[in-house]
Amino acid sequence: MKNFLRELSRDTPGMIGFVIVIIVLALSVFASVIAPADPLEIDVYNRLASPSWQHWLGTDQLGRDIFSRVLYGGRVALKVALISISVALLCGLLLGMIAGFGPSWLDRILVVCFDTMRSFPTVMFALAIMTLTGPSLNTVIAVIIITSIPVYARVVRTQTLAVRNLDFILAERAMGASTLRILRDHILPNISAPLLILASMDVPAVVGMEAGLSFLGLGVGPPTASWGSILNDGYSYLRNSPWPIIAGGIPLILVTLGFTFLGESMRDILDPKLRGKGALNQ
Amino acid sequence: MLEYVIRRSGLALVILLLAVTLLFAMIHMMPGDPASILLGPKASPELKAALNQRMGLDQPLLVQLARFYADLAQGDLGTDVFSNRPVLEMVLEQLPYTIVLVLAAIGGASLVGIPLGCYSAIRHNSLLDRLVGVMSVAFIAIPSFVIALYLLLLLSVKWRWFPAMGAGDSGDIVDQARHLVLPALALGLGWVGYIARLVRTSMLEVMEENHIRTARAFGLSERTIIVHYALRIAVLPTVTILGLGIGTMLSGALFAEIVFSRPGIGKLLHEGVLTRNYPVVMGSVLMTTAFFVLCTLISDVINAMLDPRVRDGESS
Repeated sequence: MKNFLRELSRDTPGMIGFVIVIIVLALSVFASVIAPADPLEIDVYNRLASPSWQHWLGTDQLGRDIFSRVLYGGRVALKVALISISVALLCGLLLGMIAGFGPSWLDRILVVCFDTMRSFPTVMFALAIMTLTGPSLNTVIAVIIITSIPVYARVVRTQTLAVRNLDFILAERAMGASTLRILRDHILPNISAPLLILASMDVPAVVGMEAGLSFLGLGVGPPTASWGSILNDGYSYLRNSPWPIIAGGIPLILVTLGFTFLGESMRDILDPKLRGKGALNQ
Repeated sequence: MLEYVIRRSGLALVILLLAVTLLFAMIHMMPGDPASILLGPKASPELKAALNQRMGLDQPLLVQLARFYADLAQGDLGTDVFSNRPVLEMVLEQLPYTIVLVLAAIGGASLVGIPLGCYSAIRHNSLLDRLVGVMSVAFIAIPSFVIALYLLLLLSVKWRWFPAMGAGDSGDIVDQARHLVLPALALGLGWVGYIARLVRTSMLEVMEENHIRTARAFGLSERTIIVHYALRIAVLPTVTILGLGIGTMLSGALFAEIVFSRPGIGKLLHEGVLTRNYPVVMGSVLMTTAFFVLCTLISDVINAMLDPRVRDGESS
């Protein structure tokens, strides 16, 4: 960990990303302590107010304090990112290992399934599910999990295939080690670094997806604050006040930049082989 | 090559068939039947039964699946339950707007990104090169709808340089182009840095190759070497990535269409979701998925044509 931080401190964008991530995490976790007002408290006399000492980022169309809503919105974004990425990572890990280490017929079937899932443009697929189930935060999480699993599984499969025929694995097999033991003790440690890098670089995409669906009115329901719903409210009253849009967009930009810079830096430190490859190459 | 194209097309067809089946399964696996979704919770059982019968949902599942495939094979994506119009007709009406938007975004991003990447490679480790490096990571990460909202706020509402809504008058190309600028910019901005980075990396590799050294030995000017020999090869990986990036672009186009109230398949889909008009939603998703699969196929085939190692690798 010390080595990692030392390496990180030498990379300026990575360090900037790390600081942003820490600040955003702290502000979201301690939102209830830091927020100057109740994010749901309506003040009709102060609708669409500009920033002031009382309301640092102004107020929305119902007079709610935007700064407080932005802080609480961070909780929603990080909750969605944490749950969906963890579950997708676990499922992807399992399916990818089965595909990479199992019989070739099973591998072919699973690869076609992964490719089929990836053939849907993500947001379009999310909207199709939303039509049938109705909008909710749980549906957003489920959609992100479903669409992320094939991405992780593909990476795990490729990594497993690369490792499975190495000499030390063949030696383990010759000594009678079980498949489970090989997967757990030898394959998993060898594929965990690229997987963790991919997961950290996925955070901006997941946060953006949640915000996007909430912006479309299909994510977090009112009156709960989320960055996407703040932008949605701001869009409806764009000609009256620019502040909800400005305030709702800045945390999204900061979080996406922070996690992307940190992820890129982590990739360079943990896996120099991947250096120079962008997020879309994964 | 022909063998590769046939094999790759077969795989694309299988993926598309599975995607269609998955969509069909989703309709039947999700809680609540489509008739209740469309008519709302207060609809009488008779009304629901009538709608189920009209949509053929009262038939056994296998019969429905067979009819679903048969209808699709004939280009029938169903009927809009509100206007009674064929969904295919509605989708085809909107699709050109989305294709124009995506092409404008790709074209604009390539026009700026390729020279930028080329310049970065030539002057590598310069200030501009480092700036492109940071920009490529930064812009691709920011959600396109946030960029769209900021562009709308600044260039349309505040400075009034560009129109805020619609696609322009149908007969006026200049007006249509003015309406296209902001959505295309919102969609393409993220790709500028990314394309620049790809071209830069590729250019740096190509510039080290033997044929470039030979061209230098022949005394060709640096400009000729870069434009005629290096860039032509260096730009190839960009073609592949752009083909694969169509999916991301289609999702981004949906947001751009909504933010700028522009017609297109994304807007049609969003309206379908809000009114829970599921035939329209499924039809739009199917068409965009087919478009995406086709773009990936074309990009793979182009890649295989340009680089024989790809098709040989797949054969072996």
